[in-house]
Amino acid sequence: MSEAIVHAEARGHEAGHHELGFFRTYVFSTDHKQIGKQFLTMGLSMLVLGGILALLVRWELAWPETAVPGMHWVPEPTMYDGIIPPETYNAFFTMHATIMIFFAVMPILVGCFGNFLIPLMIGARDMAFPFLNMLSFWTAVPAGILMLASFLVTGGAAAAGWTSYPPLSAVPSYSGVEWGQNLWCLSLIVVGASSLMGSVNYITTVINMRAPGMTWFRLPLTIWALFITAILLLLALPVLTAALGMLLFDRLGGTHFFLPPGGGEPLLWQHLFWFFGHPEVYVLILPAMGIASDVLSTFSRKPIFGYHAMAFSMIGIAFLSWIVWGHHMFQSGMNPMLGMSFMLTTMVIGVPSAIKTFNWLGTLWGGRIQFTTPMLFAVGFVSMFVIGGLSGIYMASTPVDMYIHDTYYIVAHIHYVVFGGSIFGIFAGLYYWFPKMFGRMLNETLGKIHFWLTLIFFNVTFFPMHILGVGGHMRRIYNPTQYDFLKPIQHWNVVITIGALCLGAAQLVFVVNFFASLIAGKRAPRNPWHANTLEWEAPTPPPHGNFPGELPTVYRGPYEYSSPLVAEDYLPQARRLEPQAAGSAVGSAAAH
Amino acid sequence: MLSWLPENVSTFGGQIDTLFYVIYYITTAVFFAVQITLLVFLFRYRDRPGRKATYTHGNTTLEIVWTAVPAVILAVLALVSRSTWAEIKETQPPSDFMITVEAKQFNWEISYPGPDGKLDTPDDVHMDNDFHVPVNKVVRVQLKSKDVIHSFFVPNFRLKQDAVPGHLIPVWFKATKPGKYEVPCAELCGFGHSGMRGWVYVDTPEAYDAWARDHKVGPAGTTPQG
Repeated sequence: MSEAIVHAEARGHEAGHHELGFFRTYVFSTDHKQIGKQFLTMGLSMLVLGGILALLVRWELAWPETAVPGMHWVPEPTMYDGIIPPETYNAFFTMHATIMIFFAVMPILVGCFGNFLIPLMIGARDMAFPFLNMLSFWTAVPAGILMLASFLVTGGAAAAGWTSYPPLSAVPSYSGVEWGQNLWCLSLIVVGASSLMGSVNYITTVINMRAPGMTWFRLPLTIWALFITAILLLLALPVLTAALGMLLFDRLGGTHFFLPPGGGEPLLWQHLFWFFGHPEVYVLILPAMGIASDVLSTFSRKPIFGYHAMAFSMIGIAFLSWIVWGHHMFQSGMNPMLGMSFMLTTMVIGVPSAIKTFNWLGTLWGGRIQFTTPMLFAVGFVSMFVIGGLSGIYMASTPVDMYIHDTYYIVAHIHYVVFGGSIFGIFAGLYYWFPKMFGRMLNETLGKIHFWLTLIFFNVTFFPMHILGVGGHMRRIYNPTQYDFLKPIQHWNVVITIGALCLGAAQLVFVVNFFASLIAGKRAPRNPWHANTLEWEAPTPPPHGNFPGELPTVYRGPYEYSSPLVAEDYLPQARRLEPQAAGSAVGSAAAH
Repeated sequence: MLSWLPENVSTFGGQIDTLFYVIYYITTAVFFAVQITLLVFLFRYRDRPGRKATYTHGNTTLEIVWTAVPAVILAVLALVSRSTWAEIKETQPPSDFMITVEAKQFNWEISYPGPDGKLDTPDDVHMDNDFHVPVNKVVRVQLKSKDVIHSFFVPNFRLKQDAVPGHLIPVWFKATKPGKYEVPCAELCGFGHSGMRGWVYVDTPEAYDAWARDHKVGPAGTTPQG
């Protein structure tokens, strides 16, 4: 423990003395900030690819079996003169979800924000294991390459859904996919290793390397969220890796883990997958919750409402996330008695999410709300997350789930959580920390245009999916017009696709803003938002080692906005007050 | 929004719809309460010259209330869902009408007992995708799969159950209105998943008997599966 601290201290000192070469600075960097930016680059690029795949899927659903404009160049058998065949359609939605979850949202939320923020916000010079950190990123890259390569092999990419239920995923002749599915397994095993390295690092760093005075309950909620996320990943990923290994053996080694003819059990995969998969869902949302909490408090100019309740509800979510996996399997043939217990645990996990929502509202109450772009996205996050949370109650009720399971209702729910939640959280975080990351401000006008277009078209895209779900529209079907009972609601598919195309186009505003601001944005001051947390103590952008000279000392919690102790409306964690005032500040920090 | 639900024609479908409505009313009320509060706060507490934010770290009473209230509502929802679920999936009502539905890529293969009245005997009558059942009779379906996981979905019955290879899963329904209802596959089962569907014809007793005679279908399976 102390060894890690000493090591990091030593690194910080030595860093100032010599310049690193191009490769060590930009490519094989061990600096957490650079690695964070590398994860960001990877995540945003994959977000574009995942988005394009989503639009192709949407085109097919609105105008089935018609040529996608501009896609005539895609060779057969992937597309036929721009028309998507069913095999490719299945591969597209499978890869859309896989890429979004493992290669876009996770790298950005966990990889980028985790790396960039943890040392800066806890007041450390770097991660506990900088080399392992570099290795984590450079393990994620080949995983991404394996996943992308699967588009190019004979038989195409994996096409059994991101959940890849065997036997469909386990026997090549059932899906027609050969190496695509193998590469899918291999890629996820490798990216899992990458995440494991990151998790070990995050956990060690948060436990051991907090600045003097940074007690657990002075940690910003973003750090609490990332810490809990890392623990979830550490415990969940080995289960996924084991399941993926078994699936690969079934495909390549002649085993029958999941294949009934040899005595295997298809439901075993579902148990293993969702035992990983449900904590994974919270991996995707917890960091966004943390980010939203920090941003809401900062721009309400008010302490977060119920700090302890916020931290404990995240811990509660993390514990409960291990005992709810069966709610994905109510209609799977699992013993219906189990359905009862999983329904109860699933209802219970709604409670900490409700607590968080009310606390966010409580934070806004009585505030002095500044509508900056990060704040708009954070408020949007709360608003959209409420919809995603409420729609989850329908499928938690086992009898209702019987009807809406495997319909667009589920698709609506997950997108309100992962897009309305995680991606709104990502945007809130990017607009908020971009100045610290890149030393320049993002353009506020473009940011606001981006927010409003995203909010509007997000809802045009995903809200009508609830209606489709209520109408019984199944997920993962290639052509809804093949079904008589779906014909009366097909127009909603057209609305959704038009919404999705506009939502995609709206992101161009962000792309323009990102690059234009990177090159010619307004120079960012050290603390542009007048925020309290330690990252704003560091110069902008922070040098190698983060804090020149001594590490900051922490005197109070992260949300002392509008404190009566000072004239300004913020009181940074590292600001030392005169002894008399400091005494009462410590007293008030201890009191809550 | 729930007007988009397809017509319900099964006995338990009504219970499911009732639960659906209960949850719909509760969540809609919460939705409006939260979103309106959010908008009001955003408007009232917006930054204006001279405005100072309230310095508070929380309120224990409030937090206990908004922990307890959702907990109670959710627990009640779980309890009321419980009995419906038990009725549909755990306890199966007695039935003297049994057929087998075996899913395969990309068809439903239906088996009726032949003249001997027993399933899984050589005189079973097989058909693909389309099948007939009498109205107002508890129909037991023995669900199987030959290859991958499929899901037997009858939107108008609110019935869904995965068909899993290696498992024999019983499901039941009692249709209340004669007609022709679609039976899509709801679980991704391969490139032909879309379009894998059949039709269940709910017949009046007379119409069913006539159909059964024409197709040499025996008195429906009284014997449990082998």
